[in-house]
Amino acid sequence: MTEPLLVGTDLHKMYGTTPALRGSSLTVRAGEIVAVMGSSGSGKSTLLHCLAGIVRPDDGTVVYAGREISAMSDVERSALRRRDFGFVFQFGQLVPELTCVENVALPLRLDGVRRKEAERRARVWLDRLEVGDVAAKLPGQISGGQGQRVAVARALVTEPKVVFADEPTGALDSLNGEKVMQLLGQAARDTGAAVVLVTHEPRVAAYADREVVVRDGASLDLERVA
Amino acid sequence: MSIGHSFLGLLEGKPRHGYDLKRAYDERFSPGRPLHHGQVYATLSRLLKNGLVVVDGLEPGEGPERKRYAVTDAGITDVQAWLSQPEKPEPYLQSVLYTKVVLALMTGRPADEILDVQRTEHLRLMRDVTRRKTGGDLAEQLICDHALFHLEADLRWLELTAARLNELAARVRP
Ligand SMILES: Nc1ncnc2c1ncn2[C@@H]1O[C@H](COP(=O)(O)OP(=O)(O)OP(=O)(O)O)[C@@H](O)[C@H]1O
Ligand SMILES: [Mg+2]
Repeated sequence: MTEPLLVGTDLHKMYGTTPALRGSSLTVRAGEIVAVMGSSGSGKSTLLHCLAGIVRPDDGTVVYAGREISAMSDVERSALRRRDFGFVFQFGQLVPELTCVENVALPLRLDGVRRKEAERRARVWLDRLEVGDVAAKLPGQISGGQGQRVAVARALVTEPKVVFADEPTGALDSLNGEKVMQLLGQAARDTGAAVVLVTHEPRVAAYADREVVVRDGASLDLERVA
Repeated sequence: MSIGHSFLGLLEGKPRHGYDLKRAYDERFSPGRPLHHGQVYATLSRLLKNGLVVVDGLEPGEGPERKRYAVTDAGITDVQAWLSQPEKPEPYLQSVLYTKVVLALMTGRPADEILDVQRTEHLRLMRDVTRRKTGGDLAEQLICDHALFHLEADLRWLELTAARLNELAARVRP
């Protein structure tokens, strides 16, 4: 087994008086796909946000590549998110005023890559996700399934070490959802990215290497128990 | 469906006569499809022969229905092993799983663990089938999809049952 890449330990998070996480832990190794399952409101998204450095836990630690994320400055943390992490959400993540290729190129542009080079690399990723033909369209002019593929291309264009995907197939029908998951899984394996995949759907979770269940804000690694 | 294990579980609460055992089984686990007397007889004699139950009382009359049976330590070990072992995932498992969950609740065992162990087993198989499907031709993909849809239905049932465990416990506990 490879070294742990991302380790969340004993994470706690309250929203007002609502406990969202109560002692949740999760270890992600380089290149593995971990499915995070659990009923609605159990704390899956909160766990993902803590691991990705988007939400600061009240208690517990998140260590990425040997460094504690909560000890980083805001600038360091957002640079880490930009360079080492990629994100895919359920919907509404593409900038409506930009074409698909511009959307995919955006993370590279934010990181200082020149427009021409950024868009060249973006096109390569659109082709890999089998949506090269929508490059010049606006997000409003493509289907939901195409939009999710564009979003996956955007998450992977920087060749991140970890992709955080929160219900990436949640708004799609089962055939399209699975196709997106298959492409995401394949792209992650090709680039060696780890994936933290939150999903309700067992057939989507079956593309992962293992599953973790979040119950009442605590995560259970059932396979290790069994 | 393991009638023997269900009998052992039913006997854990208290010794029962053969006819009482049959009635309890029919009522809880097989409504509308009662056991044949032959099945009851065959099952009880096998349990007796294997030392999993003993006869601890007789009523006037003939046959296994009139005898009272008690579970032995070996019988309890046997039912415990059955409950903690996940079933091989396959379509139409629900009645076995339902029986396991109800027996666990009736005998004060952690029913949620049975569901968790089974869930893990199901998802493990779903991952295997998904890998096969990813590398397969169209025919292979369709065959795998058939299996995946059925396994998914089981998994949804496991989740639903887990969410309703307290409600079910209130109904089946003596
Ligand atoms: N920003 C917030 N403000 C207040 N409460 C929140 C916030 N985010 C989450 N919560 C609460 O924290 C708990 C966990 O929420 P979370 O979004 O992590 O659940 P989830 O498992 O992702 O659910 P779902 O499957 O519905 O997306 C819930 O009770 C939720 O209402
Ligand atoms: Mg969520």
